Amino acid sequence: MSRNPESDELERALGAADPVPADRWNRILSGLAERAEAEGLIDVAYEMHDSPFGELLIGATSAGLVRVGLAVQSQEEILRDLAERVSPRVLKASRPDISSARRQLDEYFAGDRHRFDLNLDWRLSSGFRREVLEATGHIPYGQTRTYRAVATEAGSPNAVRAAGTALATNPLPIVVPCHRVLRTDGQVGAYLGGTSMKESLLALEGGAG
Amino acid sequence: MKPFELLIEEHGPAILRFCAGRVGPERAEDCFQDTMLAALRSYGDLRDEKAVKSWLFTIAARKTIDIHRASARIPVPAEEIEEEIIRRAEWQPGSGDIWSLVHELPEKQAIALQLRFRGGLSHREVGEVMEISEAAARRNVFEGLKRLREERSSWL
Repeated sequence: MSRNPESDELERALGAADPVPADRWNRILSGLAERAEAEGLIDVAYEMHDSPFGELLIGATSAGLVRVGLAVQSQEEILRDLAERVSPRVLKASRPDISSARRQLDEYFAGDRHRFDLNLDWRLSSGFRREVLEATGHIPYGQTRTYRAVATEAGSPNAVRAAGTALATNPLPIVVPCHRVLRTDGQVGAYLGGTSMKESLLALEGGAG
Repeated sequence: MKPFELLIEEHGPAILRFCAGRVGPERAEDCFQDTMLAALRSYGDLRDEKAVKSWLFTIAARKTIDIHRASARIPVPAEEIEEEIIRRAEWQPGSGDIWSLVHELPEKQAIALQLRFRGGLSHREVGEVMEISEAAARRNVFEGLKRLREERSSWL
């Protein structure tokens, strides 16, 4: 190709691109998501939800809420994980299960909701981990249990450490209340969203009338 | 495989620009959505993830050709033809209206230029999308640029 000022200028003019305005881009993408939904092409729909603990990723399959991603993980990380473990057909899109989850989370953070009433898709947990998380789901609002108690209810009283690991892999934090599980010695223990978040959630629930 | 949403984020804007360049701003959004839906439908069949960019642009290029074929059967209103002539007369460096001239080029050259400059594809990728050799892709780009320069100098 000839290299003269004229052709360089021409190529520059051809390559110049006005960036798409953000609201136009968002409108185009939500139109795309709507059409994809209508065709049943989205296996995992998700939305980002603002919360007192940063932005949460709320993901749902046709079976229900499948993922609550905390702000400690990047959006990209969570999406890649979902693509690998569920399906690469992951798109930002609205769904009733997602809207319900968002509304109920807001009510929970405001102290107005003590029980979540949501369809849950448990596919990201299985075996002992699932048993542990289901047992955790039985812990009432404002109460706590020890790792040992949860391991016992899950059928393996001595698998205390494994119970801890299972809780650390909870795909549905807050909704499945792994924050209500403490160490036997009374210390708060670990939390996938960080200790300070765990303490804040316990304080939120502890302040219940 | 990469989550589809990240694919949209990475390649979407270039695909939209390519569509706009090929079919104009009014039809670009539908063209873009049609492209991404077709891609999503056959996403599971994609074998070589490294070639995903060429794959997306191949779908987009086909959609733009379909749209051109369909609109060739619809007569263009007189005002639009007049507007087009005015646009061409007004083209100057930096005016941003070079693309109205690109429309007048033979389809192969127009597509090659759109892929290269609006889509940001390499010559090899242009070849993959157009199903021609890399050398042929370079020729199409070169010939297209040559014609544009000739067009422009005929207006000066």
